[in-house]
Amino acid sequence: MKIAIPVDEQNLESGVCPSFGRAPYFLFYNTVTKESYYLDNSAVASQGGAGIRAAQVIADHGVNALLTPRCGENAEEVLRKSEVLIYKSIPGTAQQNIDAFAAEQLVLLSDFHPGFHGHEK
Amino acid sequence: MKQLLILSGKGGTGKTTIASAFIRLSDAKAYADCDVDAPNLHLVMAQNAEPERTDYYGMPKAEIDLDKCVECGLCKENCRFNAISDENGFTVDPFACEGCGVCEAVCPAGAVSLKPAVAGELMLYAVDSNAFSTAQLKMGSGTSGMLVTEVKKQMKAAATSDTELAIIDGSPGIGCPVIASLSSVDMVLIVAEPSISGISDLERIIKTAETFRTRVGVCINKYDTNPSNTEKIEEFCRTKGLPFTGRIPFDHEAVKSINNGLTIVDVDCPSGRAVRGVFEKTTNMLFI
Amino acid sequence: MVMKNKSVKIAVLSGKGGTGKTLVSVNLAAVAGASVYIDCDVEEPNGHLFFKPETVCEEDVTVKMPVVNESLCSGCRKCVDFCKFNALAFIKNKPYVFEEVCHCCGGCMLFCPEKAISEKEKPIGKVQKGVSCNVTVNTGIMNTGEASGIPIIKKLLNESVTDEDIPVLIDCPPGSACIVMESIKEVDYCVLVAEPTIFGVHNLNMVYDLVRLFGKPHGVVLNKCLDGENPAEKFCMEKNIPILGRIPFDTELGTLNSDAKIAARESEKFRVLFSSLLETVMKEVRHETTVNPQR
Repeated sequence: MKIAIPVDEQNLESGVCPSFGRAPYFLFYNTVTKESYYLDNSAVASQGGAGIRAAQVIADHGVNALLTPRCGENAEEVLRKSEVLIYKSIPGTAQQNIDAFAAEQLVLLSDFHPGFHGHEK
Repeated sequence: MKQLLILSGKGGTGKTTIASAFIRLSDAKAYADCDVDAPNLHLVMAQNAEPERTDYYGMPKAEIDLDKCVECGLCKENCRFNAISDENGFTVDPFACEGCGVCEAVCPAGAVSLKPAVAGELMLYAVDSNAFSTAQLKMGSGTSGMLVTEVKKQMKAAATSDTELAIIDGSPGIGCPVIASLSSVDMVLIVAEPSISGISDLERIIKTAETFRTRVGVCINKYDTNPSNTEKIEEFCRTKGLPFTGRIPFDHEAVKSINNGLTIVDVDCPSGRAVRGVFEKTTNMLFI
Repeated sequence: MVMKNKSVKIAVLSGKGGTGKTLVSVNLAAVAGASVYIDCDVEEPNGHLFFKPETVCEEDVTVKMPVVNESLCSGCRKCVDFCKFNALAFIKNKPYVFEEVCHCCGGCMLFCPEKAISEKEKPIGKVQKGVSCNVTVNTGIMNTGEASGIPIIKKLLNESVTDEDIPVLIDCPPGSACIVMESIKEVDYCVLVAEPTIFGVHNLNMVYDLVRLFGKPHGVVLNKCLDGENPAEKFCMEKNIPILGRIPFDTELGTLNSDAKIAARESEKFRVLFSSLLETVMKEVRHETTVNPQR
C-alpha cells in the first residue's frame, strides 16, 4: 500500500505537520517495499485553495491512504473522489504513524473543516 | 488554547470596546485584531509599542512591459475585471487586477508578467510577554481573508503553550474576512445593537456563523438607547435557542476612556461594570 | 470628449462602521426635491429599512462559473495547471470545479484545447429598485456565504444611472478595501462621516488617503458631536479638510435612527439640519466641479 503523510522535515523521525494543505513536505511510503520519498509541497505558496492543490498532488501519486491530523472539506472531496482513504494521524513521528497504520491502530478522519477562504476580496 | 471571536455584522456596535475589556478581565496572553481593513485594537492595547513588522504578499499583479507591447489589445479584451486600460499605452490597474494570469497567457509578445505585490503588513506586538497579532491591509487590496488567516496563524505561533484563552476582535460585515476569522474558533460572541439596522445585520451574521457550526452567544451593547428593540433581540435569541450573555448600557464614559487609550474596565463606569457580567457568562459557555 | 452626466454623484463613506454613513446618506436623499439613493453596503444593506420603498423590482446578480463537458475533455489538464486559484482539481481523469474558490476569470475556458469548458450563471446576490416619495431607492444585497460583493456593486451603479440634475447619494461599505473603491470610482464628491473617537479618527485617516488617491474632492461631516475635544475635528483642522457640518449627539436622533425612521421626515428640527447640510454639500460639489473639472 502507498501512504502519504504531511511532514515538517524530510526524514522518518520528523513530526507530522499540523496542517495538510500548507505542510512543507509530503512523505510517500510503500508499506510493502518500505521505500520512501519526499516532495516539496507546491501548495504552500498558494494564496487560496491550498488544500485542493495538496490533495491533487496526493491523488496524482497514486496514494491509497493519507495520514493527517486534519483536513479541509474541499481537500476531502478531492481525496474521496480519487479513492484515497483519510486516517487521523496520532501525535508523534512519521515512523510512529507508519507503525500504527500497519498495526491497524488508526481511525478514519471524520471531521473536516470548511475552507479557509484565503482568497481575493 | 480556546479561541473566542467577537463579531457583530453591523459596524460600530462595540466589538473592539468589548474585546479590549475582555482581554483586560481575562488577562489573556494571546489576542488578535482580525479587522485587517480598519484595525483599532492596537490603539487601546499597545499604543506606544513598536511591533515586529512583516510584509504581506497578496495575489501577484500583472505588469505590462511597454517596450514589448504590440498593442493588439488581447489582454484588455480578455480581462474579466476591467483591469486593463489603453489610454496611455496599455497599463494594468493594480487595484482591479486579481492576478488570474489570463493576460499573461494570452499576450502574443510576452509583454505581460505577474509580479509579487505587497498587499499589507502583519504586526506582532510582544507586550508584557503577550502575543498580540494584528495587520493592516493596504488600501484597495483584496485577499483580506488570506491576511486574516495569517493574523490568526501569527498569534497561535507566538502564543506560549500554557495560554488558555485567546481573544479575537473581528471585523464588520459577513464577507471574506469574517468567514476566514470563523475558522477553528471555539466560540463566537455577537455584539448586537438595538436598532432596526442592527437587528437586520444580526440575522445575517448569525446565518453566516451557523455554517461553521461553532457555538454562538449574543450580547447587546447600548441596550438602553432602544429598550423595545432590545426586547425584540432577546426574544429572537430565545426563539432561536441562542444563549444571551448580557446587556451593556450606553455610556459616555466609555467613549472618554477609549479616547484616552483605556479599556472600559480600567476605569469605574456603568458599561465597565456591565461588561464584567457579559464576560463571566461568555467564558462560562466557553469553558464548559 | 465624454459628455458629463448632469446628475451629481456623492459618495458617503467613513472607514469605520457605525459612524453615520446611512444616517447622512438617507437623510440627505430625503430632503432633496428629487434624488437617487444607492446602498452599496451589500454585505449589510440598511438604507431600505429606512425608506421602505414601494413597487420594488428585483434582479439577480450572477457571475460566470465554468462547467466542464466531460465527453469533450481529453484529460490534458491544461485548465488545472493554469488556474492560479486552485479552483480546479483533476479527479479520476476529469476536471472538477470548486465554485467557492473560483474567481471567474474565464482562463480555463479560454485555454481548453478541446473547448470542453463552458460557463453557467451563478447567482451571488440581487439588486432591488423602488420608490419612497421623492427618492429612487436602489439596494444591493449579497447572498450570505459569498466572498465578494463587487459584481453586485458594479451592476447597482450601472443600473441606477440617471441623467437628471439631481443628487445621487451613494451609501458606501465601511473600510477602504476594494469594495469601497468600486463604490466611489465614478463619483463627483466624497462626504466623509467622522465620529469623535480615536477609533473613528484612525479610520477616517484611511478613507482620507483613499479619496485623495482617487483624486476625489471631499469634505467631512462630524457626527455625534459632544462638548469637549473632538479628535476628528482636530484632524480636519490639521489637514485643512473642509468641515461641511456638525451633527450633535442627540438622543432623539439616536432613537429615531434606531427605529429606522428617517429623522428629516419625522421632525422639522432635523429636516432643517439636513437641508442645510445638503445645501452646503451641493455648493461644495458645484464649486469643486467648476474649479477642478474632472475628465
